[in-house]
Amino acid sequence: MTEKGARYIAKSSAIASRLLGGEMMIMSAVDSTFFTLNPVATVIWQAADGRMPLAEIVDQHVCAEFEVDPEIAHRDAERFVEELSSHGILLVSERPFSEPGVSPTEAA
Amino acid sequence: MSQRALDLGVPMSVHFDITYRCNERCVHCYLDHDDHGEMTTAEIKRVLDELAEAGTFFLTFSGGEVLMRRDFFELLEYARRLMFAVRIKTNAVMIGEAEARRMLKLGVDQVQVSIYSHRPAVHDAITKLPGSLRRSVEAIRFLTAQGLRVTIANVLMTANMRDHSGVQALARELGVQYTLDPTITPKMDGDTSILNLRIPGAELDGVFHNKNLVGNVEEFCAPPPAPDEDVMEGYPCSAGHTLAYISPYGDVFPCVQFPLPSGNVRRQKFLDIWNHSSELNQVRSIRAKDLTVCSSCHHVGTCTRCPGLAYMEGSMRGPSTADCEKSFHRTGIRSANMLRQEQSVPSGPLIHIQPLNA
Repeated sequence: MTEKGARYIAKSSAIASRLLGGEMMIMSAVDSTFFTLNPVATVIWQAADGRMPLAEIVDQHVCAEFEVDPEIAHRDAERFVEELSSHGILLVSERPFSEPGVSPTEAA
Repeated sequence: MSQRALDLGVPMSVHFDITYRCNERCVHCYLDHDDHGEMTTAEIKRVLDELAEAGTFFLTFSGGEVLMRRDFFELLEYARRLMFAVRIKTNAVMIGEAEARRMLKLGVDQVQVSIYSHRPAVHDAITKLPGSLRRSVEAIRFLTAQGLRVTIANVLMTANMRDHSGVQALARELGVQYTLDPTITPKMDGDTSILNLRIPGAELDGVFHNKNLVGNVEEFCAPPPAPDEDVMEGYPCSAGHTLAYISPYGDVFPCVQFPLPSGNVRRQKFLDIWNHSSELNQVRSIRAKDLTVCSSCHHVGTCTRCPGLAYMEGSMRGPSTADCEKSFHRTGIRSANMLRQEQSVPSGPLIHIQPLNA
């Protein structure tokens, strides 16, 4: 079921990534831009399955695993998603990616 | 990222030759192209799983010619699903529009194509495949039309040593990167006969002092600075530290140019080899200060010394003559190895006569 006002995030298939010492290394296959995510961003990235809303990811993973002010965590997560989506390596939709007609590729 | 991988002991880059079979027969090639029992599709997929588990990020599929394997795209798709940054080394002869489109769709990071000359007669004489230059260039056009990043790799040898400007111009025309390599290595079985294809020193001089090839000549050819403690405590190169090579038969080596057998993925898990191989640990233990001749050389901090070539010359801690030549022709300063060889010309009698009853 789609939550009203929710945002869903999914990883692009046009990337290479690997966890290195607790931090996620990501390279865009489009322009070889390289990103290193800190442990908090790594948790969001790993949970970006296209089905769980971003707000829920922050509540269930970030706030549960790190000592962080929830308001700041949500704001930082939004900023992080904007940044990665502007490079096309994270895809954002108002509907879950598993719904018919929404795929990571199409949503890009 | 490389430093982090080094600190964590992660094999960040793996060069994986998935076949030694090839449709070309390049005169300088160091491989035996017969199939002596390549790994199967399932075996390679298992190795890819193990590499992902080990933390490998950059995966280079090479050969032989990778497209000689009918399962190449299946392996490529599998590797991409495991999120490797995949680079392909190929002669591109078998790449048409459909293959180029598929590579783009699968998110290949880079394709490196070997081009020896802009002149068909020279290129085709090296590859021994008539029409190969035309087909490789056509393939590059297919790849770039898809938006894939392509690099032309120009290995220099006596047969094409004057053609680098032409190949560089061809790369510009095609809108691709250009890289030049004057290194010819012995065959994997130790046969050194192909080393006579190496370009002579005077030509190396020309290459290293050509601003179109090296950029700032003054900087590139500057005398080496005196090595400091960091240099002497440093590693010779990434082989065995953050880089590994796997052959089509599952043999693991520190690097494609370093034929020190360190294990086999058909018998052991890759990570077990990477973490526990005594050969790899031996390679890792070497610091610049441990090099038998090079530690006292002016060039120790700036030389391209290849420990694999040194190993093939007799000792992984010893000098690599080909790199001594490069350092000399780049800077005009003789290496410690060259000076040692000059001094070791015998000055005593040519024949020692010993009494029969000795």
